Amino acid sequence: MSRRRATRLGVLGPAALLFAAASLDFVPHAAAEYADVVLNKRAEREGVRPVVFPHWFHRIRFRCKVCHSELGFKMRVGSNDVLMSDIIDGRFCGACHNNQIAWGPERCDLCHTGKPGLPSGIYGGHETGGPGRW
Amino acid sequence: MDSLRRSIGRVLALATITMACSAANWLPLESDGVHDPTAPGVKHLQQPAEALKVLPPDTTGNHVRWVEALEKGAINPRDRLFSKAPTQIREDDILLNLNGGMPIVRFPHRAHTLWLDCGNCHDHLFKAKAGANKFSMFAILQGEQCGVCHGAVSFPLTECSRCHSVARSGPSRVPAASPGGGAAPATR
Ligand code: HEC
Ligand code: HEC
Ligand code: HEC
Ligand code: HEC
Ligand code: HEC
Ligand code: HEC
Repeated sequence: MSRRRATRLGVLGPAALLFAAASLDFVPHAAAEYADVVLNKRAEREGVRPVVFPHWFHRIRFRCKVCHSELGFKMRVGSNDVLMSDIIDGRFCGACHNNQIAWGPERCDLCHTGKPGLPSGIYGGHETGGPGRW
Repeated sequence: MDSLRRSIGRVLALATITMACSAANWLPLESDGVHDPTAPGVKHLQQPAEALKVLPPDTTGNHVRWVEALEKGAINPRDRLFSKAPTQIREDDILLNLNGGMPIVRFPHRAHTLWLDCGNCHDHLFKAKAGANKFSMFAILQGEQCGVCHGAVSFPLTECSRCHSVARSGPSRVPAASPGGGAAPATR
């Protein structure tokens, strides 16, 4: 792609872009805080609300590598099979939510806060067509 | 190329929508569309605005300049729980795409290794050898390569010039100056 084309893209009016977005059926599903993750592989099926995981809150306290290297969370929404039994045994969220580093697994209400019906995914706009899209 | 243009168009369109919708930077949790306002736990959670408005401001993403926040000590996120391995910071910058039409991409190892382990990228995303990887903006917009993080958690792909940050100096296509910070950049 030439620079000229990129520039032309840049001057498209907002209206045209809005139209393009609408016609592509590409509207953000929710206006959540950037990088919020909904985990709902099993939760709702098992009768509890989906889980909302806020990246912004955790990255103030932990670098990415704590979760994505040390604790082994794969960087792809939906690719970690998180069960409540794992959490209670100290894996995944339970590595910290154990009443030592952070409050414990008995605080169901603090994690299961998602809107019913929301699919697993990364929210907050600017998403790519990428991994979080399924 | 058409599909690349379409992908870039989508990203820009989305940015426009988001900008139009976000008069206030941070929505209250109760109306952010992912939290169920009737869930009993929501009122106990911290509002993004409370935590984020005190950090170095940005115009997009979480509206926080995360690298600056960390470098200046506004936040001090833990870098390990149990591991004894010391943090490994790499200081060099790498210039990518010396022949395209867009400004050259400067990849800073330091900003990344402040947050990430080498193993988060090497070698499953990128071979650790300058010039050994074939990058493509199309793949990035699809959420691969740099797009694994950028556009999901790290600053969004609408910020072209944060990656395409080194102007080409005339027809020779040699970077104008050695970009600041760290060792001399590796080129290819
Ligand atoms: C630290 C956060 C956290 C807390 C606290 C928590 N959960 Fe979960 N829970 C999760 C996550 C993450 C999942 C995986 C969601 C998914 O993918 O569907 C999950 C899944 C579930 C599931 C479905 C999967 C399974 O293993 O059955 C049930 C049921 C569930 N939680 C019930 C509870 C109950 C009851 C409590 C309180 C005793 C609780 N949770 C507390 C984070 C939490
Ligand atoms: C406290 C733990 C934690 C921290 C710290 C953390 N993450 Fe995550 N991250 C998660 C969880 C949980 C998920 C969702 C995994 C799932 O759905 O299976 C996730 C998902 C992701 C994804 C996948 C998004 C997608 O589109 O599929 C990316 C990329 C990511 N994180 C990057 C980062 C980066 C970059 C940082 C540091 C700035 C970071 N994370 C910090 C826990 C964390
Ligand atoms: C690396 C440690 C770590 C991991 C892993 C982790 N958390 Fe947390 N989390 C924390 C800490 C620390 C707090 C703050 C606790 C406090 O305020 O006392 C917290 C707070 C929270 C909060 C409350 C935020 C608020 O507004 O107060 C939620 C919700 C949450 N975590 C969900 C999760 C879920 C879901 C997972 C797994 C997908 C997870 N966390 C994994 C450390 C972690
Ligand atoms: C996260 C970093 C990043 C962001 C943000 C980014 N790019 Fe790129 N871009 C790259 C990389 C890396 C390459 C591939 C360089 C190479 O060929 O080695 C690339 C290549 C390109 C190319 C093709 C190569 C060329 O120079 O002709 C175009 C066109 C392009 N980007 C346009 C954009 C536009 C427009 C935006 C903003 C909407 C953007 N990029 C945002 C990293 C980024
Ligand atoms: C965010 C992803 C990321 C992280 C984290 C990361 N790198 Fe890299 N690394 C890259 C990219 C991208 C390149 C450029 C590859 C290219 O030019 O094709 C690179 C290149 C390299 C090279 C080749 C440099 C040269 O001049 O040939 C080495 C060596 C390297 N990295 C080592 C490391 C080490 C050691 C760490 C941890 C301290 C690390 N990297 C962390 C993305 C990363
Ligand atoms: C594994 C996740 C990951 C990958 C892959 C990744 N980045 Fe980043 N990048 C980050 C994080 C985390 C930051 C910190 C800022 C933020 O989160 O917004 C960052 C910041 C940056 C910055 C800004 C540095 C500063 O000083 O503010 C640039 C430029 C950048 N990345 C370019 C790239 C390019 C180019 C690639 C692909 C070659 C790439 N990144 C791949 C996670 C990643």
